[in-house]
Amino acid sequence: MSRNQQIYAWLLLLPALSLLAAFTHIPMITTFWRSFTSSGMQNNTGFTWENYRYLYEDDVFWQVLSNSLWYAAITVPVSMFLALGMALWVNSKIHGKSILRLAYFTPTILPMISVANIWLFFYTPEIGLFNELLSWFGHHGYNWLGDPDLSLYSLMLMTIWKEAGFFMIFYLAALQTISPDLYQAASIEGASRWTNLRRITLPLLMPTTLFVLVNAFLNAFKLVDHLFILTKGGPNNASNLLLYYIYENAFSFFDTAYAAVLTVVLLILLIALAALQFGVIERRVHYR
Amino acid sequence: MFNCGKKRLLAAVLATAVSSVAQAKTELTMYYPVAVGGALTKVVDAIIADFETQNPDIDVTAIYAGNYNDARVKALAALQSGQPAQLSVMFSIDVHELMDLDAIIPFDEVVTSVEDKAWLQSFYPALMKNGQVNGKTWGVPFQRSTIVMYYNKDMFREAGLNPDHAPATWTELVNMGKKLTKHDVNGQTTQWGAMIPSTGYPYWMFGALAKQNSQVLMNQAGTETYFDKPEVIEALAFWKSLGSEHKIMPEGTIEWGTLRQNFLEQKTAIMWHSTGNLTSVKKNATFDFGVSMLPANTEMGSPTGGGNFYLFKKSTPEERQAALKLVKFMTAPEQAAKWSIETGYMGVSPASYNTEALKNYVKSFPPAAVARDQLEHATAELATHQAGRVRKLLDDAIQSTLTNQQSAEEALKSAQKQADRILKRYK
Repeated sequence: MSRNQQIYAWLLLLPALSLLAAFTHIPMITTFWRSFTSSGMQNNTGFTWENYRYLYEDDVFWQVLSNSLWYAAITVPVSMFLALGMALWVNSKIHGKSILRLAYFTPTILPMISVANIWLFFYTPEIGLFNELLSWFGHHGYNWLGDPDLSLYSLMLMTIWKEAGFFMIFYLAALQTISPDLYQAASIEGASRWTNLRRITLPLLMPTTLFVLVNAFLNAFKLVDHLFILTKGGPNNASNLLLYYIYENAFSFFDTAYAAVLTVVLLILLIALAALQFGVIERRVHYR
Repeated sequence: MFNCGKKRLLAAVLATAVSSVAQAKTELTMYYPVAVGGALTKVVDAIIADFETQNPDIDVTAIYAGNYNDARVKALAALQSGQPAQLSVMFSIDVHELMDLDAIIPFDEVVTSVEDKAWLQSFYPALMKNGQVNGKTWGVPFQRSTIVMYYNKDMFREAGLNPDHAPATWTELVNMGKKLTKHDVNGQTTQWGAMIPSTGYPYWMFGALAKQNSQVLMNQAGTETYFDKPEVIEALAFWKSLGSEHKIMPEGTIEWGTLRQNFLEQKTAIMWHSTGNLTSVKKNATFDFGVSMLPANTEMGSPTGGGNFYLFKKSTPEERQAALKLVKFMTAPEQAAKWSIETGYMGVSPASYNTEALKNYVKSFPPAAVARDQLEHATAELATHQAGRVRKLLDDAIQSTLTNQQSAEEALKSAQKQADRILKRYK
C-alpha cells in the first residue's frame, strides 16, 4: 500500500476512531484510574487499594454478582430458544402470519419504563393479573416482587418476554435468506423435517445465533430500567443487578470511586465473555 | 451612500443593544420531583406561569425530574456538567449530602431584609427540622407531608366498628385489623386489615413506628444512628408481627407504587401512606373513606417527609435574589393553600391554613387538616451524612426482617454496625 493510501485509510477511520476514543476508551481508562482513588467525593488521598478490599468484603456485591450471572445464564438461552421457535413458526405457511409477527414484536417497540409500570400492576399480589389468573385455578397466588425467592425470577420472566420477540426478528430475517433449493434437494433425498432442521436450518443460522448471543449477553448485563420501576433491587437486594448497583453507588451514595471499581468488574466480565464468544464460538460458525 | 449605510448599521446595532438590555431577563432553572399520584406537573406549571406573569423580568424553566432520587441526580449532574440550575426541590433529607458536596448555600446568606427574615420564620417548626443544620437554614419546606392512615369507612361499618374511630393504638390496630380481615371458603384472604408499604421508602414508614415506640432513628447532626436500640427492634418486630403473627397484613414486602390502587380497589381496609396522595384518593375512591393520625404505642408519631427548596451555590447574586423571589412566591400562604388543595401535601405555614381557600376546604373536607394536626407529634425524617447508603442499610434490614430472612434484632444490629462504620469519619 502506498503512503498516500495509508493516510487516506487513516483519515477514513478517524471519525469513528475519535468517537470510540471519546466515548469508550478514554472513559474506560479514567474509570480504571478512578477506581484507585479514595472513596467518597472530596477527601482525595491518592492511590489506594482500599476500594478493592471493600469490594472483597462487600456481601451485597457478591450477592449482586451471583444474581447477575444467574440472570444472564437463564434469560439468554431461554429467550434465544423461544425466539428461534417463534421464528420457525411464523416463517411457516400459516394464516394470520403477519399479525402474529407483529404481536411477537410488540414488546420491543414499547417504551420499557411504561411497560415495567404495567407489569408492576400485573405482579401486585391483591389486584394483579397473574394472581387473578391463578385464582381461577384455586391457587392463592404469590407475592411476585415482594418475596426474595421469587423477585429475580419475576424480573427474568419479563425480560424473556421482551427479548424473545426482538431476537425473533433476526432469526426470521435469517430464515428467509436460506435458499429453498436446499430444502428441495433434501426432500428429493427423502430427508425428514428433523434432518432438515438439524442439517440445513440450524447450521445456516449460526452467524445469526452468534450475533444474537452477543447481544443477549450484553442486554442481560445492561439491564437497569426495569429495576427502577419493579423492585429497586429489593427485597433486601434479592433482585439487585450489577449495573443497578453501580448506579446506586454512583448516584444514590455519591461514591464514584466504588462505582468505578464495580464498573471495572463489569468490564472484565464483558471482556471475558467477548473473548469466549469471538475466540471460541466463532470458529465453529460457518459463514458463506 | 457609504455613510448612509454606516449610519444605518450603527442604528441597527444600537437598537439591538437597547432592546437586549430591555429584555435581559434573569433566567432560572429549577428541578422538581413528584413522588405521589396525580397530575402534579400541571399544577406546578400553572404556579410558575402565575409567577412569570407577576415578574416579567424573571424567566423560569421548571423541569420535572422523576422521583426524589432522580431529581437529585439530574440536578447535580446538570450542575457538574456546567449547565446552570439555581434552585431545586429535592428531598428534605438530602441536606447533609448536599452540604458535604458544597452544592448549596444557606438561605441566611440570601435573606437580608427584615421582611425576608420574618418570612423565614413563618413555617411550621417541625417542617424546618430537616432543613436546619449548624444553626443555619439550608432548605425551605415546599411539598411536605406526614404519614397518615387512610381507612375505608364502609368496611368499618360492615365489620361492626365505629366508622369515625380509626385505631388509635397498636393494640387497637391489631384487634380492629382482625375484624377487618376477611377470608373466603378456602381460607384465602380476600380483604386485608391493613397495609404498610415496605418498598420505595421503608425507612420512612419505620421512622413512624419507632417514634410511636418513643425512639428517634438518628441525631440532629446526622452523625449517629440508633437502629439497635431496644425500642427500635421492638418496633420492627411489631411491624413483622402484623403479617406473620396477627395475619392482618400480607407477608413479604408491600409495594409503595401500587398500594394506593389496592386501597381504592378495596383489598385493604387501612393503608399508611403519604398525605400527598390525599387529593388523588379523594378523587378516585368509590367508597366512604376517612383519614386519621397514625396509632400510638407509647406515644403518637410520624416523621415528616417530602421535598424542600434548595439554592445552589453556583449562581450570581441577581439569580439568587430571583430564586429567593420564586421560593417566596411558591411558599406564600395563597400558593401553599392552592398547592395543598390540589395535592394533599400540607400547607407549610400556619398562615396558609388561615387563607379563605384552605379554611373553606378544610371545613368541607376535614381530612385535609390531619397531616397538619399530626405535626405536633412529628419527628424529623432519617437524615445523616452519606444518607443514601445509611438509608439503604435500614431499608435492607427492614425488608430482610419482613421477608423472614433475619430476625428484627439480627438485622438491625448488623445495620447499626455498618452505619457506625460509615459515619465514623463525620464525628
